[in-house]
Amino acid sequence: MHHLRLPATVIACHDCDLLQHEPCLEPGRTARCVRCGAILARSPADSVDRSLALVVTAAVLYVLANVYPLVGLELQGRRVEVTQFGAVLSLWQEGMEPVAALVFVTAMAFPVLEVVMIAIVLVPLRLGRRAPGYARFYRLVRSVKPWGMIEVFLLGMLVSLVKLAHLASVILGVAFWATAALIVVLTFASRAFDPRLLWEQAEATP
Amino acid sequence: MTPAVTARSLGLLSCHACGQLARPAPVALPRCPRCHAPLHDRKPASLATTWALTLAAMILFVPANTLPMMTTTSLGGSQQDTILSGVVFLWTSGSWPLAAVVFFASILVPLLKILALLYLAASVQRGSRVAPRARTRLYRMVEFIGRWSMLDIYVVTLLVALVRFQGLATVEAGPAALAFGGVVVLTMFAAMSFDPRLIWDPFTGDAETPDD
Repeated sequence: MHHLRLPATVIACHDCDLLQHEPCLEPGRTARCVRCGAILARSPADSVDRSLALVVTAAVLYVLANVYPLVGLELQGRRVEVTQFGAVLSLWQEGMEPVAALVFVTAMAFPVLEVVMIAIVLVPLRLGRRAPGYARFYRLVRSVKPWGMIEVFLLGMLVSLVKLAHLASVILGVAFWATAALIVVLTFASRAFDPRLLWEQAEATP
Repeated sequence: MTPAVTARSLGLLSCHACGQLARPAPVALPRCPRCHAPLHDRKPASLATTWALTLAAMILFVPANTLPMMTTTSLGGSQQDTILSGVVFLWTSGSWPLAAVVFFASILVPLLKILALLYLAASVQRGSRVAPRARTRLYRMVEFIGRWSMLDIYVVTLLVALVRFQGLATVEAGPAALAFGGVVVLTMFAAMSFDPRLIWDPFTGDAETPDD
């Protein structure tokens, strides 16, 4: 195999390894692989400012979702309220430690990691500086991202409430609505974030 | 159309984390020049790992569905529910849309996911040239829907925490919760260890994109 010099715009599809040119995308457009249809590149509009705004919103909602009770139950004058962490804790105390840990990690710890990552990376970028150690952090968050399942958690909450509706009266707490809003904001934040900014920045400021 | 040229056929590695194409340095563990992630030509031991994790998930799938997921104790006595009897309860109590959602997320998704992973691993093992585009799409679907099987784990967590009226009604988690959590985690790792580029390796150098 003789040596080929490849133009800088050539990329390999991560799903089928086909080499192709990365098109110059207009903001808001997505490029797909010609062979297997995987998403090759996205170009979110106004990425830095939008993701920063959304991340700050998400951080506020996250605090609300964890401080206030999610749901309450009332039965014959007695009332039980739970927070997200309280639910994990009671499963732990029942001897289901591995399951409790899984719930904690997927519904509480990993969803917030993405918010922290985007903030840590973007704030210095916004100020025109380079974030120290950003590459390692970016990789860490990329690898835990599939494990953040806060939207599944919300659906689980709805199912349990339907199951309980015949038994007791159900009160939706502040954290329930905060969690619902958090899911929407998180989705938009991760869609607005453009990792290519990191690499462009790294190449511009050696 | 020009022959399909892949990164591998030019001796290049594409970084898993950031997408950078790199000519690997001649060292044992090359790293990405841009983000320092370890570089691999294909995910290491991809097929063997996928097989092992999928088979383990298949084994755990049995106790996950036959053992009780939770025990409800109330004035009328105590009752044990498996995943399926939980679905039946939702159906008979009139919330059939929710029953359908739980049936889909807790029974259908894990089952289809295991079958899809077995099919993908077997077809790659045989060097199959059948419908690569459809198989890649199947893989992406497996990656995407797998998370929804966590649903029942969350339901049990919330019920255990909420239904704690001593003397009136309590809910305890059953052993199936452990097995079911295992199925979800194992199938997710199995999907992550599978490398979809293996589906396309038999086509390297072909002049035409294969049909579905």
